[in-house]
Amino acid sequence: MNFTAVKSIYLFEMARFGRTLWQSLISPVVSTSLYFVVFGAAIGSRIDEIGGVQYGAFLLPGLIMLNLLTQSISNASFGIYFPKFTGTIYEVMSAPVSFLEIVLGYVGAAATKSLILGIMILLTASLFIPIQIAHPFWMAFFLVMTVITFSLLGFIIGIWADNFEKLQIVPLLVITPLVFLGGSFYSIDMLPETWQTVTLFNPVLYLISGFRWSFYEISDVSVGVSLTMIMVFLGLCLLTIWWIFKTGYRLKT
Amino acid sequence: MFLQTSSYRGLLEHKQEIFMIYERFFHAYYVGCKKSCALTSCGAKSALHLKLENHSKKRGTPMQKHPSMPPYTQPIIRVSNLSKTYGGGFQALKNIDLEIRQGEIFALLGPNGAGKTTLISTICGLVNPSGGQVSVDGHDIITDFRAARKMIGLVPQELATDAFSSVWTTISFSRGLFGKKPDRAYLEKVLKDLTLWDKKDNPIMTLSGGMKRRVLIAKALAHEPRILFLDEPTAGVDVELRRDMWEIVRSLRSSGVTIILTTHYIEEAQEMADRVGIINKGEIVLVDDKDNLMRQLGRKQLILDLHQPLDSIPPELADYGVEIADNGQQLIYTYDTTGERTGITKLLQALSESGIRFQDLNTTKSSLEDIFVDLVKNTT
Ligand SMILES: Nc1ncnc2c1ncn2[C@@H]1O[C@H](COP(=O)(O)OP(=O)(O)OP(=O)(O)O)[C@@H](O)[C@H]1O
Ligand SMILES: [Mg+2]
Repeated sequence: MNFTAVKSIYLFEMARFGRTLWQSLISPVVSTSLYFVVFGAAIGSRIDEIGGVQYGAFLLPGLIMLNLLTQSISNASFGIYFPKFTGTIYEVMSAPVSFLEIVLGYVGAAATKSLILGIMILLTASLFIPIQIAHPFWMAFFLVMTVITFSLLGFIIGIWADNFEKLQIVPLLVITPLVFLGGSFYSIDMLPETWQTVTLFNPVLYLISGFRWSFYEISDVSVGVSLTMIMVFLGLCLLTIWWIFKTGYRLKT
Repeated sequence: MFLQTSSYRGLLEHKQEIFMIYERFFHAYYVGCKKSCALTSCGAKSALHLKLENHSKKRGTPMQKHPSMPPYTQPIIRVSNLSKTYGGGFQALKNIDLEIRQGEIFALLGPNGAGKTTLISTICGLVNPSGGQVSVDGHDIITDFRAARKMIGLVPQELATDAFSSVWTTISFSRGLFGKKPDRAYLEKVLKDLTLWDKKDNPIMTLSGGMKRRVLIAKALAHEPRILFLDEPTAGVDVELRRDMWEIVRSLRSSGVTIILTTHYIEEAQEMADRVGIINKGEIVLVDDKDNLMRQLGRKQLILDLHQPLDSIPPELADYGVEIADNGQQLIYTYDTTGERTGITKLLQALSESGIRFQDLNTTKSSLEDIFVDLVKNTT
C-alpha cells in the first residue's frame, strides 16, 4: 500500500476544498437556515408535531441527509471529473498507485468534506431548535456510512460523466427527487396507502428513516432494515468501483 | 544534480569519450586507462591513446556532443510484440519490438498519428495494451506495475496542469504520489535547474506556456525517475527555449537518466539522440544509432547520364561498385564524403579509358530527412 500517495491525493483534494471553503460552507448554512425559517416556522406552526417530535426538529435529520447526499455526490464526482477534464489525470494514472489507493484518496477527501458540512448544518440547526440525539453512536455511524457510500457513488458518476451536463444530471434529476420523496419533510404514513408502497422502493427513505431514528427513536421502517440497506448500497458502489478497476472503464483507452 | 559548468564538462566529455571506446575494447585495463586519460587530457599522447584513436576511426566518431555517461548497452525497457487496437477498431500499434538502452537518449521520430504518444502512453500505463509485453528494468508493466512505474517520469504532449495550484504544491504532490518522502533540497534543486525557483509560489495559471512545460518536467523529475519520457518537449516552443530544453535533456542524461523523446523535427533527433527510432502507421520502421544514420547522411551519389545505354557493367569498372539505373541510361556511383578519397577522379579516368561517354552529371546528398521520407513512403 502506497500510503504516501493516498495522503498526497487526500491532502491535494483537501487543499482544493480549502480554496473554496467559504463558498462550500456558506451555501448549506444559508439554505439550512432558510429551511428552518420557511418550513419550521411558517409551515411548522400548522403541523405542530410528527410522532411526538416538534416539526422543526423532525426536519433536521432529513435536511442533513439532503445536504450530505447532494454534497457527497457533487464533491466526489467533481474531484475525479476535473482532472479528467483538464488532463492532469495522466499523472495519477501513471503513478505507482493502485485504483484502490486512488479511490481512498479522492473519496476520502470528498467524504471528509461532506462530514464537515453535516456537522456545520447540525451546528446551524442548533441555533433554531434544541438538538437531542438519542443514539449518538448510531447517528455518527449513519453519517459516516452515508458520506462514504455517496462519495463512492459520486466518484463513479465522475468517472462515467464525459461532459458537465452528465455531471449535473444525476444529482439534479435523481438524487434530489429521491430525497424529497424519501420522507425528509414528512413521515410516510402521512401519505395515501399506494404512495406509501411506492415510497418503499425509494432507497433514500431507509437512510433518512434510520438517521431520524438515531435522533428521536421514531422511524418509518425498522432500523435493522435501514442498516441493511445502507450496507447494500455500499456493497453495490464497491462492486461498481471494482468493475471500473478491472476494466479501466473511462480511465484507460 | 545536473547542469554542470562548461569547463568541467569539456574535460568530462574528453575523458568519457575515451572511457567509452575503452570499455568496449580494453576491458581488462580499466585503471590503466584512467591514468592515460588523465595524461592525454594534459596534452601527452600515450600509445594506448593512439590505439584508441584508431579504433574510434574504425567505429566512426563517437558521440562527441554529449557529456556522456558510458553508453550502457543493456536494455532498460523491453517492448515485445506490443500492439494496441483502440475501441473503435483502429490499430495504432502493430507488433512493436523495441529496446531502450540504459543511459541513452532515444528519439522516436514519426509523422502525426504515427503512434508515438500511444506507444509512450502504453509503457507508462495510461493505455491498456491489446497484446504483447513491456518490461521496465525487468518489471512487467502490468503484473509489477509499482516497481515499473516508480522508475518512470512522464512529460505529456498536452500541457495539462492544475491551474490553481502553486508550482511548489504541484511538484510536492507529484513526489508524494510516487511514494517518495518529502525532500525540500531536492525539489529546490530541480526548480533551480529549470529556472523556475523564483516562480515557486505562483499559481501555475499565471505562468507562460514555456514555463508550464518546464513545470511538467519538474513534476516528472520530482520523484527522481531513472527514465524520463518527453512527448514532444519542444512543440510550440521558441528557438531559445528549445535550446534550453536540449541543454536540460543533455544534462539529465549526463546524470544517468535514460531519456525517450518524441519529435517531428529531424533536426532535434540529429542534435540530441544517441539512437533514433522511426515509427510510421504503428510500425517501427527503423532503429539505428544516430551516428550510423549520420554516416549514411555523409554519403553522396554521383549520377551519370550516359550517351549510350549500357547492358551490363564493364569489367574495368567492376571495382568501383557502380550500379546501372534507368534501363542502362544511368550509372550511379556512391561515395563517402567523409572518407579520405572519394574515388571520383579515378572513376572518371576509368570511364574515359573504356570509352564510356556521358552527357550530364549530377550529385545528390542524402539527409536524415530523405531517409525518413523514404521509409515513411515505403510503408504506405
Ligand atoms: N483514444 C483514442 N481512441 C481512438 N483512436 C486513438 C486514440 N488515441 C489515438 N488514436 C489514434 O491512434 C493513432 C496514433 O495516435 P498517437 O497520438 O499515438 O499519434 P502520435 O504519433 O503521437 O501523433 P502526433 O505526432 O500528432 O502527436 C492516431 O491515428 C489517432 O487518431
Ligand atoms: Mg503524440
